[in-house]
Amino acid sequence: MLTALVDYDSGNLHSAQKAFERMAHEAGHGTIVVTSEPDVVAKADRIVLPGDGAFPACRRALDRFTGLFEAIEEGVYQQGKPFMGICIGMQMMATRGLEFEPTEGFGWIPGEVRHIEPADAALKVPHMGWNDLVIDRPHPVLDGVQTGDHAYFVHSFHFVVERPEHLLAHADYAGPITAIVGRDNMVGTQFHPEKSQAVGLRIISNFLNWKP
Amino acid sequence: MLKTRIIPCLDVADGRVVKGVNFVNLIDAGDPVEAAKAYDAAGADELCFLDIHATHENRGTMFDLVTHTAEQCFMPLTVGGGVRTQQDVRALLLAGADKVSFNSAAVANPDVVAEAADRFGSQCIVVAIDAKTVEPGRWEIFTHGGRKPTGIDAVEFARLVESKGAGEILLTSMDRDGTRAGFNLPLTRAISDAVNIPVIASGGVGNLDHLVEGVTKGGASAVLAASIFHFGEYTIRQAKEHMAAAGIPVRL
Repeated sequence: MLTALVDYDSGNLHSAQKAFERMAHEAGHGTIVVTSEPDVVAKADRIVLPGDGAFPACRRALDRFTGLFEAIEEGVYQQGKPFMGICIGMQMMATRGLEFEPTEGFGWIPGEVRHIEPADAALKVPHMGWNDLVIDRPHPVLDGVQTGDHAYFVHSFHFVVERPEHLLAHADYAGPITAIVGRDNMVGTQFHPEKSQAVGLRIISNFLNWKP
Repeated sequence: MLKTRIIPCLDVADGRVVKGVNFVNLIDAGDPVEAAKAYDAAGADELCFLDIHATHENRGTMFDLVTHTAEQCFMPLTVGGGVRTQQDVRALLLAGADKVSFNSAAVANPDVVAEAADRFGSQCIVVAIDAKTVEPGRWEIFTHGGRKPTGIDAVEFARLVESKGAGEILLTSMDRDGTRAGFNLPLTRAISDAVNIPVIASGGVGNLDHLVEGVTKGGASAVLAASIFHFGEYTIRQAKEHMAAAGIPVRL
């Protein structure tokens, strides 16, 4: 089994690569490859899209690699390969993002990526640090993960989903912050599983084991 | 609910932890990667590496160190010391840092913060502010390890770097650093109130009550300490339990 970690020149892939490699190795889940090649993405059995930075910059970075988005979309949307988006990689699953300028997302999960506006004005933005997850609906990728487990967040925008059935988990920050989205063969985490110690590694392992 | 973070800070010079870390029996107390692994296992919320002798020649050592840490510790890592250019930021992020901290370079030219935030996102750009009390209620930025005054007001500078896109402020009180007398609380409070980004309090921690005060009185989102953890005086767990008992939300 081949899992492609898509490298589109947007942020820190090293930690994600090592975390996926460790969990793939521990559970015999095949090989992890970091790639920008549409051909390699097309051959992969699973696709992971990380990303750090601003939504428009990430979208433009992805589009600079000719054929890369098309390969991801073909694999995920048409062929139903398991997909995991992380941070901006998760946000890009939305209809659009509103960071700096309205930017089209992939439109896989209806909703918008909006600035975090906590109801309590004393709360700081970015939402940075460890927050506890509230699981809204059970999912194979959340096997063994419970409400109250902590994940590491660092973001100023979050994904407001249109349909509640696409919200798998949230965190509270004087109002709900979308933590995990999913539908069919796709999941996305706003937090960084590769930085969330045991809870994050568990989610990565579950994803590698997931047969949607 | 978002938890208050406890951040052990490792001062690194030429790839080695200054004064070592002895809270567990490491084979090599000066190996930053070993120390990072121990803090990962101990439940630290983040780690901070500060390159205190950063020079152009030894940058590669720091990149290697971050790379090796990120391969083994799946926790957030902030790296600072000698960060001057967008290339420095990019290299550290690619090596596995989650956040990169500007210090003197941001004082010399606050626009480096704006450029880095635009390119890499505010979430990974920290500005380290080293401030000294110049009169009651007024604090000035000092650079070069607290030796060089700049005439810049610390509170105004905090607002400025926030407007430039900094995602967090690492605030060190140069009056208190190394004294074990506790954080400079009026300074911490003044900066926390002045900005809407998280502030990490640093400088002066000598006991666990100091950590509590940094949050309850100083308004910090995170507390950074070094010696009280490195030499086993207190464990991360004890620190968190003490803060929890004081009503501060922590990740236990």
